[in-house]
Amino acid sequence: MVFVAKNLSFAVQQSEILKNVSVHIQEREFVGLIGPNGSGKSTLLKNMYRMLQPQDGEVFLFNENIYKQPAKEIAKQLAVVGQETPVLFEFTVKDLVAMGRTPHKRLMEVDTREDIAIVEQSMQQAGVLHLSERSFSSLSGGEKKRVIVARALAQQAKVMVLDEPTNHLDIQHQLQLMDLIQSLPITVIVALHDLNIAATYCDKIYVLKDGEIVAYGTPFEVLTPSLLQRVFGVHAEVSVHPVTKKPHIFYISEQFL
Amino acid sequence: MKNSTTRTITLLLLVLTGVVLISMTLAIMVGSVSITPSIVWRIILTHIPFNPFGITADWSRSQEIIIWQIRTPRVVLAMIVGAGLAISGAAIQALVRNSIADPYILGVSSGASVGATSVILLGAFSFLGMYALSFAAFIGATIAVLIVFFLARVEGRISVIRLLLAGIAVSLVLSALTNFMLMMTKEEGGIKAVMYWMMGSLAGAKWVNLTIPFIVLIVVYVILRLHTRHLNLLLVGEESAATLGVNLERFRLLLIVLISLLTGVLVAVSGAIGFIGLIIPHIARMIVGSNYRFVLPVSALIGAIFLIWADAAARIVIAPEEMPIGIITALCGCPFFIWMLRKQMYSFGEEN
Repeated sequence: MVFVAKNLSFAVQQSEILKNVSVHIQEREFVGLIGPNGSGKSTLLKNMYRMLQPQDGEVFLFNENIYKQPAKEIAKQLAVVGQETPVLFEFTVKDLVAMGRTPHKRLMEVDTREDIAIVEQSMQQAGVLHLSERSFSSLSGGEKKRVIVARALAQQAKVMVLDEPTNHLDIQHQLQLMDLIQSLPITVIVALHDLNIAATYCDKIYVLKDGEIVAYGTPFEVLTPSLLQRVFGVHAEVSVHPVTKKPHIFYISEQFL
Repeated sequence: MKNSTTRTITLLLLVLTGVVLISMTLAIMVGSVSITPSIVWRIILTHIPFNPFGITADWSRSQEIIIWQIRTPRVVLAMIVGAGLAISGAAIQALVRNSIADPYILGVSSGASVGATSVILLGAFSFLGMYALSFAAFIGATIAVLIVFFLARVEGRISVIRLLLAGIAVSLVLSALTNFMLMMTKEEGGIKAVMYWMMGSLAGAKWVNLTIPFIVLIVVYVILRLHTRHLNLLLVGEESAATLGVNLERFRLLLIVLISLLTGVLVAVSGAIGFIGLIIPHIARMIVGSNYRFVLPVSALIGAIFLIWADAAARIVIAPEEMPIGIITALCGCPFFIWMLRKQMYSFGEEN
C-alpha cells in the first residue's frame, strides 16, 4: 500500500465531518473520491495531505506516518493540487512552476541546470510551456489549473492528490487535464464532482456521504442506479459507453418520471 | 521588465549600487560648507585601516570633522535605516500576505513611541545618559511586539488575521498612552521633542551608534535571502507553502523575530520613519516582479537611495532648522506612489 488513511475522525466544534474513514491506495492506482456537497471530500484529502490534523486515526505514506515526518520529506513524495490556488501577487508561470522544486533544494542552493530542465519538461507535459513568461494572474482558469499541475509535476512526487481539478474548466480542458493526469506514472487520488469523468478515468472509487465511506470498488461496482439514488438523491440509468466501454450515467429529471 | 532574466536584474542591481554611491557623495557634499567630491572620497578612504591608497591629507581639520564625524555617519545611517525598513516591509508583506502591511503593524513604532516619550517627558532611564532614548524605544518596541505575538496565537498557532488585528489594537492603546503623556505634560519643549522623535530624524547619527543597526541589518538580510524560496511560497498561499515543505509555524515565528528585531533597532536610533516599509517593496515589485530573490536586494537599494535623499532634503529645505524626515518621505514619496498606482500595470494583490 502506497497511501493509507486509517480510521480518520475529524470534527470542527462538535460537528463531525469525518467518521472513522479508511482509505487504501495501491501503487499506480488512479482512485476517485465522490460524494455530494458537504460529504467531507475536501476535508478527507486535507487530512491526508497534512493541512488538517485528524482528532483520531493515522495516515501512512509509503508506510511512514505523515505526522511524524518533516513537511519537506512529505513534499518530496506527495504533490497536491488544491481546489483554489489564488495567487495574489505577480509571478510568472515559470517562477511558479519552479517553486515545485522547493522540497528538493537546500537553503542557499540555486536552481541547477537539472532543475531548469525538470521545470521545462513539466510545463511541456502540462501544455503550458508557451505561457512560461506570462504572468500567472493574466491566465484563464483552465490555464491556471494546468500551471498548478505543472508545479506538482516539477515536484516529481510519486503520489498526487487533486481536489476537484476539473472545476470551472470547459469540457475540452476537463478531458485534457484528466488525460494528462492519467498518463502519469504515479499514484493518484482525486476528488471529483462529475461522475461520468470519475467513471471514465478511475480504477477504484470511494463514495463518501455524511463523513462516512458508503461504497468502494470499480466504477462498474459502485456506480449503480440504487447507489446514485441513495447517496446523491437522483434517478439515473447506467449503461456502457459505446466507445470507452466504461459505465456512463444518464440522469433523469423528476419531470420525466 | 517583469519577466526579465537574471542578467538584466544583475545589471539593474549594479546600476542601483552606482546610484547609491553617487547619492552618498552628493548628500555628503550638500550643506552650509560645500566640499568637492574628491575630498569627500579621499577623507573616507583615509579611514580604511592602514591607509592602503597612501593618501596624504591636503584638507583642513574642520573639513575632516564635518565630513568624517558629522555628514558621513549620517548618510550611512540613512542607508542602513532605508534598506532595513524596506526589507522589513517586504518580509512582513509576505508574512501576512497583504500588500497594505508595513513593518510597524507588529506594534514596533507605537511601543517605541511610548518608550521614547517617557524618556523625553518623564526622564525615565536617566541613569543611561545619552543611550536612554534608544534603550527605552527598543524596550517599548519589544514589549509591544511580544503582546501582539501572544494575542495572535490560537491553540499554539499564529493566525495571520489575528496578527494584523492585534497589531492595530495594541498600536491604538499605546498611541493613547503616548498622547496621554503628551497631554499631561507642562513642557512645551518636551512636546516638540516628542513630535520630532515620532516623525523621525537621523540627526543623532554617530559612528558608535551605527554598529548595532549595521550588524542587525546584515544578519537579517542574509537570513531572509537564504529563505527567498519560502518567502515566495508564503506569498503564493498557505496551502502551497505547507504542501511544498515549508514548516509554516516555525517560518512565521522566524520572520516575526527578524522583522521586529530589525525595525526595533532602527526605530531606536532614528525614530518612527514612515512610508518606506510600506511603499518601497511595492516599487521594487513593480520593477522586478514578486520573486523575493530580486525583491529583497532591489528594495534594500531603493530604500537606501530614497532615505539618503529624504535626509538631504530634511537638512536643506528649512535650513538652518531641520525638517523631520517623516514629513519629507511622505510628502515626496506618496505622490510618486499614487502616480504608479494609477498606472494600473501592477497587481497589489487584488483578486481578479
